[in-house]
Amino acid sequence: MKARVQVMLKTGVLDPQGEAVRHALGAMGFDGVNGVRQGKVIELDLDENVTEADVTRMCEQLLANTVIESYSVDMG
Amino acid sequence: MRAGVLVFPGSNCDRDLAVAFRAAGFDVSMVWHKDSALPDNLDIVGIPGGFSYGDYLRCGAIAAKSPICRAVADHAGRGGYVLGICNGFQVLTETGLLPGALLRNAGLKYICRTEQLRVATTASAFTETYGAGDLIDIPIAHHDGNYFADDDTLARLHGEDRVAFTYADNPNGSVDDIAGILSQNRRVLGMMPHPERAADPVSGGTDGTALFRALAGALAPA
Repeated sequence: MKARVQVMLKTGVLDPQGEAVRHALGAMGFDGVNGVRQGKVIELDLDENVTEADVTRMCEQLLANTVIESYSVDMG
Repeated sequence: MRAGVLVFPGSNCDRDLAVAFRAAGFDVSMVWHKDSALPDNLDIVGIPGGFSYGDYLRCGAIAAKSPICRAVADHAGRGGYVLGICNGFQVLTETGLLPGALLRNAGLKYICRTEQLRVATTASAFTETYGAGDLIDIPIAHHDGNYFADDDTLARLHGEDRVAFTYADNPNGSVDDIAGILSQNRRVLGMMPHPERAADPVSGGTDGTALFRALAGALAPA
């Protein structure tokens, strides 16, 4: 079983990397890109008995820093 | 006086920090990250700069979950002193011993140069040898030193006089120019600049020595 964890900087936390990507897209001629936020995806290969609640605890304790990041869990 | 300096895979300022502690009169033990206990009777734990665990996941995140960091949290919980510099500051925010987080520098570049800091409070065992508002030259060397905290946390830090150092000319986008902060009991200091790199005239300045001298004065047996 796989789980997919998406970690993003919270709204309101400046994402300078996303901003740099947005500028680059504009400079390349891609119009209409109003904002870019860059995050990360973490794939977990899990035993069948690992629950979504377990993965949520992993997010809270390590995979995300909830001071600055939000996360979502997708159990595949 | 006894200091312990943590060593993680990827630490690279551990020996510099040990030299600065020794020069101020401390006996220093190097403490391996897999140890689950600190040496007995430590007065202060130093968490050095570097790239613990390759900065994987987030700077300091893996180190913060290492066995020795549980012992450091217990030491701090007992009122022990902790000094986290650069990656050590990132470790302290990841453990929750200090509030906020260190984000990627606003200009996205790794910055390695000497910066002017303002001493924002002298009311701590780390800063009492400075004068309030003193400007000191301390090197920085980081890619993720952009201090962030929410408005409530900032209000608390300012209200409780817990901002230890600010940048005179903000190099990295840190909120309110913050370069270093203290814990609520004022015994844990985290700072991105490197006072241990300004602790010997041959290595470019001595404005950091007063911090180690302050600690030696505060922690000397009565």
